Amino acid sequence: MPKKPKKIRVLLAKPGLDGHDRGIKVIAAAFRDAGMEVIYTGLRQTPEMIVDAAVQEDVDAVGISILSGAHMTLFPAILDEMKRRGADEILLFGGGIIPDEDIEELEKMGVARLFTPGAPTDDVINYLRKAVEAKKSDEEVM
Amino acid sequence: MYDKEHIEELNARLKDWDVEAEKQRAHKSLPRFFTVSGVDIDELYTPAAIDGGDDKEYYWTNIGLPGHFPYTRGVHHTMYRGRLWTMRQFAGMGTPAQTHDRFVYILKQGGTGLSTAFDLPTLMGYDSDHSRSLGEVGKCGVAVDTMADMEIIFDKIDLAKVSTSMTINSPASMLLAMYLAVAEKQGVPFDQVRGTLQNDILKEYIAQKEYIFPPRPSVRLITDMMDYCTKHVPQYNTISISGYHIREAGATAVQELAFTLADGFQYIESAIEDGQDVDDFAPRLSYFFNAHSDFFEEIAKYRAARRIFAKRMRDKYGAKNPKSWLLRFHTQTAGCSLTAQQPENNIVRVALQALSGVLGGTQSLHTNSMDETLALPSEKAVTIALRTQQVIAYETGVANTVDPLGGSWFVEALTDKMEAEAEKIFAEIDERGGVFECIEQGYFQREIARSAYAYQREIEKKERIIVGVNDFVIENEKIDIPILKIDYESERSQAEFCKKIKAERDNAKVQAALEKLRVAASGTENTFPAILDCARAYASVGEMCDVLRDVWGEWNESKSAMQVS
Amino acid sequence: MTLLERFELGDIRALSRLISHIENRDTDFQKLLGRLYRRAGRSIRIGVTGPPGAGKSTLVNSLARLCLDDSQSVGIIAVDPTSPFTGGALLGDRVRMGDFPTDGSVFFRSMATRGASGGLASATDNVAILYDAFGFDITLIETVGVGQVELDIIDTCDIVVVVIVPESGDAVQMLKAGLMEIADVYCMNKADRPGAERLVADLRNTLQTQAMVRASATSEGKLSAHHHTLAGSEDSDATVPIIQTEAVNNKNIDTLHKAIFDHLKKIRESGFFEQDRRRRLRKKILSILSNRFQAEFVNGLASEDELDRAIDQIASGQSNPYDISAQLFEHFLNRN
Ligand SMILES: Nc1nc2c(ncn2[C@@H]2O[C@H](COP(=O)(O)OP(=O)(O)O)[C@@H](O)[C@H]2O)c(=O)[nH]1
Ligand SMILES: [Mg+2]
Repeated sequence: MPKKPKKIRVLLAKPGLDGHDRGIKVIAAAFRDAGMEVIYTGLRQTPEMIVDAAVQEDVDAVGISILSGAHMTLFPAILDEMKRRGADEILLFGGGIIPDEDIEELEKMGVARLFTPGAPTDDVINYLRKAVEAKKSDEEVM
Repeated sequence: MYDKEHIEELNARLKDWDVEAEKQRAHKSLPRFFTVSGVDIDELYTPAAIDGGDDKEYYWTNIGLPGHFPYTRGVHHTMYRGRLWTMRQFAGMGTPAQTHDRFVYILKQGGTGLSTAFDLPTLMGYDSDHSRSLGEVGKCGVAVDTMADMEIIFDKIDLAKVSTSMTINSPASMLLAMYLAVAEKQGVPFDQVRGTLQNDILKEYIAQKEYIFPPRPSVRLITDMMDYCTKHVPQYNTISISGYHIREAGATAVQELAFTLADGFQYIESAIEDGQDVDDFAPRLSYFFNAHSDFFEEIAKYRAARRIFAKRMRDKYGAKNPKSWLLRFHTQTAGCSLTAQQPENNIVRVALQALSGVLGGTQSLHTNSMDETLALPSEKAVTIALRTQQVIAYETGVANTVDPLGGSWFVEALTDKMEAEAEKIFAEIDERGGVFECIEQGYFQREIARSAYAYQREIEKKERIIVGVNDFVIENEKIDIPILKIDYESERSQAEFCKKIKAERDNAKVQAALEKLRVAASGTENTFPAILDCARAYASVGEMCDVLRDVWGEWNESKSAMQVS
Repeated sequence: MTLLERFELGDIRALSRLISHIENRDTDFQKLLGRLYRRAGRSIRIGVTGPPGAGKSTLVNSLARLCLDDSQSVGIIAVDPTSPFTGGALLGDRVRMGDFPTDGSVFFRSMATRGASGGLASATDNVAILYDAFGFDITLIETVGVGQVELDIIDTCDIVVVVIVPESGDAVQMLKAGLMEIADVYCMNKADRPGAERLVADLRNTLQTQAMVRASATSEGKLSAHHHTLAGSEDSDATVPIIQTEAVNNKNIDTLHKAIFDHLKKIRESGFFEQDRRRRLRKKILSILSNRFQAEFVNGLASEDELDRAIDQIASGQSNPYDISAQLFEHFLNRN
């Protein structure tokens, strides 16, 4: 039997206190229309809540939107929590108003990819498809 | 307005004209002409395009004279010939001490209006020492935990002489109470205190999402405050009903218009239900709209807003005082229309948007800085933004006459259309059981998300051109995003100051005041006096909000609010 | 260590990975379930169904909290629809989950229907078995909630809570919608809103009439056994409890919780609990079998070529769908 492409599951969350959710909702709709299963956790998620949800939902990727400028606090906190929960093989990507220097630093720390304002949703979708496909798992089930 | 024969002849000639025009139409490249909001626009507008334009009464019922019902042409007789709009540039400042210095500077320059932006923890009712505040204290605005911070901000500033606007919503009562407590300490009677609160919680559920408690108790907090202010702080504008954020979240112009007015009507109905007289509070209501890029659509929106409001206030809510019929509004250019690509183009966008606000008869205006999509604006960009308003005011001549576009067949037809479309939305809201129900069902949120998604798709499919983004692009443009500086030191010192005040104040008094607030919130008595006592006792914003969280619960958006189709 | 070994040690991450294996029907997923099955059987399954926006997620959240207070661990499954056009889904029930402890005492999984139409995903029952084997005392399952009756829930749960709201219409409408037959407990949520009292009275009336009809029908042996009324039971006043709640205000959830567990006690004592589980097992075996049959044989029933030829014959008027199918079936039997 030919193997169907795996269904991509992705968690979208907004950490921090900022409530501007226009961007993340547009991305959620675009992902859904691209055939993905999107778990939206809503606003004001702490890093613990985000990683806990990612673990329980067994998502391929976690997408974070930060517009408040708190990205240098929040992304590292989420990465740390992922490590602590043994879930650091989950892709962490994000979007927001983030300067190049910070993008470089965050990507060095382990954030898979960051998008800045104006990135077409198709680019994000294509990126995610490729990145998820490239992931290999060597887990044994039984 | 026009006689029937005239319209008939016009229609006949239009038929011939149409035949001629048809020869040229074949060359049109775009299949559809529509506004930013997706409203289809006709090729030509004439008197015949105005529905009911052949009715003698049309001019009086729909347009009228400026300063006269239904105020389509403006709320004042002479508009900008009498006084230009207020050029009000809103700015956030870090610590209470920095804010104080800034205010002193403004006052020295002859300014009398102070504008306060708060940081996210304050807006969300968390103290600076709360774990959720980490990384956000003092950013995008000042942190206020207790009255002590308010005392620093307004140290030696005579609160009888200034007017202070505060952009705050969920904990608006707490911040106003602290402000009043400072005035009291200065010996300034409450009836001399002036200013404006944003205090529009409904649009938070709908768009900006800085909510704490569920909608109904939140609105009670507002009507309690309105009642208190009517009696004791009569010069304070207690609420600024905001469409700005609704538009920024992705709404169309019609949705902005209808949702905002519907919110306003809800406050009015809630206050009336509370037993207040509409003419007691309505003159102190004001509005806040967005100025997006579709020039005529925006102008029509403002004109329709005034008309709808005046009609409802007089005819539905029975307001007798003409001051209650006036929709006065502040305008801000659309942050969401600015692009990170070729940011200088934003100067042009802002100028055109600002012009639409002026031609639409705004009372005050904020022009965005060109670099706002990227970071906090630079000094230079802020100056250009202000200069833009000055050029419009002093060089273009648009302020020379009242409502210069009144009588444009296109603008009048579009104004009528805006009103009709808004009425359809009001009917839908009623059908669904009202504003609260619609918030709980996620109706507004869903409609806005849908519009935002549709807009984004149009851009990606190039059905809509955004200069520098999906056309006229500079290849490999390097987008410089200036670094947002986070000052961890001031965050730490603010948190420590908060802890210090909490340790040094009379904590028995605080507990008693908080308990009084709990009792008021659990029952039906006005909560504002209890909040004022809490403020006087140096209880913090977070502590007061915690009591209310406990009594009323916390709000969380439902799943239906996030469905896009 | 394999995922299964980690699962057996109580590793949450392993649980969630295995859920995906089952959802994706990965190789040997049934073997996996077979291995785990002996550990299952203890968890009580409570289903929550009802129209969209009725407050199901809010109720599930509050019920979970009460269970935690009773030192019961809780596994939750919330199902949302998959778009038939894109295959995508927006799973939003987590939005309602408050801040639960992250110590593993609550586990929440969102599932997309992936083509199933009975209110749950086809893997929901298997995932519930996984929860059971993992050791959750209570399994709470929220259906899609699209408005029409969602029957999968009665073949998946021990107890079904039907959530209605004052806007749900009248009892006759509910009767028509088939909600009457599936409820073990009614939850009249949004009782803070006008119309709640009236609807409850209306519903109570209708239920009593129903119970009387049913009692006489069962005594005449006309009605087959289902949920709340045990065939031949003397319990003719077994009308379904209706609990009025205000989920947003956390009001009366304890009463609902109690009604659910009272019902559990009752059906345990009457033997209906076991009887219903046997009914569900029977269905499950048949369903696994028919799935297997589908997978192994149905594709071989007729080749694309054979189908094309058959359609040509029908189109040209030489045959019809019934005769052709009979021929193809005959053919298939001879081949095997
Ligand atoms: N007025 C009122 N609203 C409620 C009540 N329970 C839930 N809601 C609201 O109903 C909406 C839908 O709730 P949700 O739990 O997501 O419903 P679901 O779609 O059935 O899962 C939310 O806005 C809730 O706040 C209640 O008892 N009274
Ligand atoms: Mg739900």
